[in-house]
Amino acid sequence: MFYSLGRYILLLRLSFRRPEKFSVYWAEIMREMVSIGIGSLGIISIISLFIGAATTIQVAFQLNSPLVPLSTAGSIARDSTILEFSPTISALVLAGRIGSSIASQIGTMRVTEQIDALEIMGVNAPGYLISPKIIASMTMVPLLVIISITLGLTGGYIACLVSGDVTPADYLIGVRDGFDGLTVRVALVKAFVFGFIIASICAYQGFYTSGGALEVGQASTRGVVYSCVMILFADLVITRLML
Amino acid sequence: MIEIKDIHKTFGENEVLKGISANFQPGKNNLIIGGSGSGKTTLLKCIVGLHEPTKGEVIFAGENFTKMNFEQRVPIRTHIGMLFQNSALFDSMTVEENIIFPLNLFTTMSKSEKLDRANFCLKRVNLENTNNLYPAELSGGMKKRVGIARAISMQPKYLFVDEPNSGLDPKTSILIDDLISELTEEYQITTVIVTHDMNSVMGIGEHVLFLHDGQKWWEGSNKEIAHTDNKELNDFVFASKFMRAAKAKL
Repeated sequence: MFYSLGRYILLLRLSFRRPEKFSVYWAEIMREMVSIGIGSLGIISIISLFIGAATTIQVAFQLNSPLVPLSTAGSIARDSTILEFSPTISALVLAGRIGSSIASQIGTMRVTEQIDALEIMGVNAPGYLISPKIIASMTMVPLLVIISITLGLTGGYIACLVSGDVTPADYLIGVRDGFDGLTVRVALVKAFVFGFIIASICAYQGFYTSGGALEVGQASTRGVVYSCVMILFADLVITRLML
Repeated sequence: MIEIKDIHKTFGENEVLKGISANFQPGKNNLIIGGSGSGKTTLLKCIVGLHEPTKGEVIFAGENFTKMNFEQRVPIRTHIGMLFQNSALFDSMTVEENIIFPLNLFTTMSKSEKLDRANFCLKRVNLENTNNLYPAELSGGMKKRVGIARAISMQPKYLFVDEPNSGLDPKTSILIDDLISELTEEYQITTVIVTHDMNSVMGIGEHVLFLHDGQKWWEGSNKEIAHTDNKELNDFVFASKFMRAAKAKL
């Protein structure tokens, strides 16, 4: 375990060495941003709408008491979406989508000697392959989480319109009532950290792949599993520290 | 010139290279041959710095490559071209982008100059008009030729080739061998080729290094091979009936 941790830290250090040519790295960062951001927009939109809707209906069901105002469902759904569902569920889904892609892409490059080819040319392979992915992930995951929060709350509103458990007006009052900007800051910090975890752990797994197609698949699976575990651990730590 | 001195390489308990020394001259096809597991690819990887030798030195034109760190090696690496066994072209890039890639990183050439250079390299390997194809759209022989085009794009002083004929038909193999040989002579490149293809050895092996059990067992030219009494080399080179018949005619 300590061997792997040491190798992971050394790989990260190599990844953030001075680039050979900034313009080439910049183009790579932009390409990764499109791949991670635009490429994940569809799945994030779908899960956010459904999770927002389901959360609102469930909260409304649990607060079915004449002593509790219906607008409370909106407040609870809002905070749950902002603090937990949008950043964490999105990150877990993104670990599967972009994490496996990063690990398998780099792993395939390793087993087909493309990484060796980069090193022979004098290119800092970890820097060229990993740093643009980490930067893109740390930039795009928070943006995706903002979109996810918006769509999650929209999903809750749609659920109110369709189910009638809470009136849309009560829901909107609840969403606005007692809003604390800290919750959004916590969500963004989580997203930033989760973005780093997904890209760096999966890139590490891919970079040290050896063998063939089977090992690339195993590296991809390991990357996703370790990322998910670390996301949940980081979620706990950030929540404890910031709230 | 490349000089290797007493190269040892150990993986765990397994000593793969047991003290190999040799000189590789510019303008010559230097071939490293040997059976499977003899250590020839490991030796090549030690020379280019993909593996660090456990002991010994690799010297490029008087500069001790083994003692250099990553940054110090970069100027030498920009003079190195390498053709890998499976070509190792970047899948996500077109043929043209593959060739231009090192130029983007290590030169200040303008876009049109880089394009001209890519077209020149492709013409040199007889692959004009393939600029926009992806590696997945190329045959094995074409991939090798694109690999060569990429390797020569930076006008290298040193060219390393790992199993250039693997997976190719005999005619394409000869074409690749001839191409490497022509480039070596034309640009006075120090070329080191790892192969176990006997046609290559007899065709272009001006300087042949035979490895056996991790050691240098024999060194000479292809002309000398036919007359050597080295048992292991004879067993290796003349293993096939065809080669034995060819030797008998000499």
